[in-house]
Amino acid sequence: MKMLEIKELKVRSKDGKDILKDFSLLIKKGEVHAIMGPNGTGKSTLSKVIMGSDDYEVIHGDILYNGTSILNLPVDERARQGIFLVNQNPVSIEGVTNSEFLKTALSSVRGENVGLYEFMKLMENAMGDLKMREDMMHRSINQDFSGGERKKNEILQMKILKPKLVILDELDSGLDVDSLKIVCENVRQYLEENPETSLLIITHYSRILEYIKPQYVHVMKDGKIVQTSDMSLALEIEKNGYDGVNSMSGNDVYE
Amino acid sequence: MEIRGLNPKNIEKISRIKKEDDWILDFRKKSYEAFLRLPMPSFGPSLKIDFDSIIYYRNSDDKLTNNWKNIGESIRDEFTNLGVLESEKYMDGMGVQYESEVIYHNMIEELKKKNVIFTSIEEGLRNYPDIAKRYFGKIVPYADNKFSALNSTVFSGGSFIYIPPHTKLDRPLQSYFRINRENMGQFERTLIIVDDDSDLHYIEGCTAPTYSTESLHAAVVEIYVGKGSKCRYTTIQNWAPNVNNLVTKRALVEEDGEMEWIDGNVGALSNMKYPACILKGDRSRGTCITISVASSNQQQDTGSRMIHLGKNTKSTILSKSIARNGGNATYRGKVDIGKNAENSEAFVKCDTLILDDLSKSDTIPTNIVENDSSFLEHEATVSRVSDENLFYLMSRGLSKEKATELIVLGFIEKFREELPMEYAVELNQLLKKNL
Ligand SMILES: Nc1ncnc2c1ncn2[C@@H]1O[C@H](COP(=O)(O)OP(=O)(O)OP(=O)(O)O)[C@@H](O)[C@H]1O
Ligand SMILES: [Mg+2]
Repeated sequence: MKMLEIKELKVRSKDGKDILKDFSLLIKKGEVHAIMGPNGTGKSTLSKVIMGSDDYEVIHGDILYNGTSILNLPVDERARQGIFLVNQNPVSIEGVTNSEFLKTALSSVRGENVGLYEFMKLMENAMGDLKMREDMMHRSINQDFSGGERKKNEILQMKILKPKLVILDELDSGLDVDSLKIVCENVRQYLEENPETSLLIITHYSRILEYIKPQYVHVMKDGKIVQTSDMSLALEIEKNGYDGVNSMSGNDVYE
Repeated sequence: MEIRGLNPKNIEKISRIKKEDDWILDFRKKSYEAFLRLPMPSFGPSLKIDFDSIIYYRNSDDKLTNNWKNIGESIRDEFTNLGVLESEKYMDGMGVQYESEVIYHNMIEELKKKNVIFTSIEEGLRNYPDIAKRYFGKIVPYADNKFSALNSTVFSGGSFIYIPPHTKLDRPLQSYFRINRENMGQFERTLIIVDDDSDLHYIEGCTAPTYSTESLHAAVVEIYVGKGSKCRYTTIQNWAPNVNNLVTKRALVEEDGEMEWIDGNVGALSNMKYPACILKGDRSRGTCITISVASSNQQQDTGSRMIHLGKNTKSTILSKSIARNGGNATYRGKVDIGKNAENSEAFVKCDTLILDDLSKSDTIPTNIVENDSSFLEHEATVSRVSDENLFYLMSRGLSKEKATELIVLGFIEKFREELPMEYAVELNQLLKKNL
């Protein structure tokens, strides 16, 4: 069963820069994919375009989610349909508490108001799993959070909102060794509990992939996928860098 | 009974209806002269007011009572729908004004025993002339500005509060003001005296339905904060979008006293309001926390004034303005640390959030420090709802409206946390309606 299908996507930034050039990718239900690639190749752009950011214009191609194009759907609708992006650099928002925000978000996603008691229980459990201090619930979203705390907060949101397609954009950056382990354990457990969920991991390092094993590892260069293989590719890149990667198109290698 | 138009005859009529003492009628007459003499404000929104078409006085059939049962059903229903009756259980006392007259006043027994006075201004002036003559018109002189002069000429209704020394109230006193009639002017006048070593929290709420013609609300609030006393005055005004709200609010603070203005301005056509603290006593403190929301065609011209006279005085102004849908939010404030106010500190922070390209904001501070040992800090920021933040909230499933609402509420969180719970809830509802 197809979950996400990206077809020959061409994406341009508002100031006219072509960032994604003929990008294609297929992710089936329950699959874990990883994308690696040099800085500035368009990985974060890809993730934001899937989420529906209007900083970018799709000038060609399509994105299908569960078989239907989502290009015309606004961001919030995509989220409600189960797409979730862990941002590379989550923003902070003054005065809006984590709990207020997340309770509102959960109510939106579920389409009905969530009771306070149920919500608090969910939060307590999820925060316990992530070893987050309880007071973070009452603080403004990411305000004065450390880089690692922000990432944990993203995973907290994931656990509460229960999405079906999760994109992790450099989840591992900013997390110390212990936190990375905790967070990855949580993601892995989430996948176990929700076997239909698909995962797209964007990373520069194989370490995160040791915890959450991908079936496919793609290399992205200059706005498109140039090679697709398995975990061994990640290890090779870590050893030899991207120069050794041949630039043949690997889009349908795994089909 | 209705009095329209401004002239000496009508002024006497109002005074006669109220069976006032001569000194009050004299005060009205002097004020009228000052009103004629004084110019319209030279700053702020341009006001078009036809003083002759305004109704200066109007009463309902209801007489002042302390029992809701004695109030006519339609008016009682109106206040029930506004949530006023419901809110009474959170208060130590409550007053309600409908058009020109206070129709309801009640206070818990315990406070009556402590000799706390909480009544209408008319009753206060009549029954407590000693207190009245000492403070009335002294903190805001009638000739202070054109609208304080107008209020002093035709004032009707408002609260009279006296808290004796060494008296602390556990819960707030509240007054609620309602204009219902088209073209009505409301000119209530409030005098609050918190005598030495006492503590009061007073809450004022006001609304009016929307009519096609403009209404005028020109109130005067005078507060005396005695030695070591504390007064907090909380207002959420939500006038209809065609009410000109021109209010003079001022507190005089004695040694070690503390005055706090918590002032929320959501409605009104033009709003000019600058709650002031005269920090007369040494070590006195003043705080003013305001929010203004300027929506389509609205002009919020708000801010605060802090006049430091005593030594070691401290003031804080925190102003949060929101402009949307073509609204105009201006901060206009003044801090003056006088020559003798040595070792004083003032802190001013004005933040503006602009929601779209149609809306405007401006910051017009006047800061004066007349001695070397004092210190004044001024910060101002203007921000927009950033696309990044909207994207973040929406990417978790929130609609654009909901996301904007959270960002706006977040922006004024510092204000919301100062409000009593039930008011914070009410303000949230109000802002949601207005976004
Ligand atoms: N909104 C935008 N406007 C203009 N240029 C953009 C925009 N967003 C991204 N870019 C540019 O597009 C390119 C791809 O950026 P992107 O953030 O997607 O890279 P990335 O692969 O995630 O890199 P990294 O590994 O460093 O995170 C970069 O050159 C970046 O400067
Ligand atoms: Mg990136």
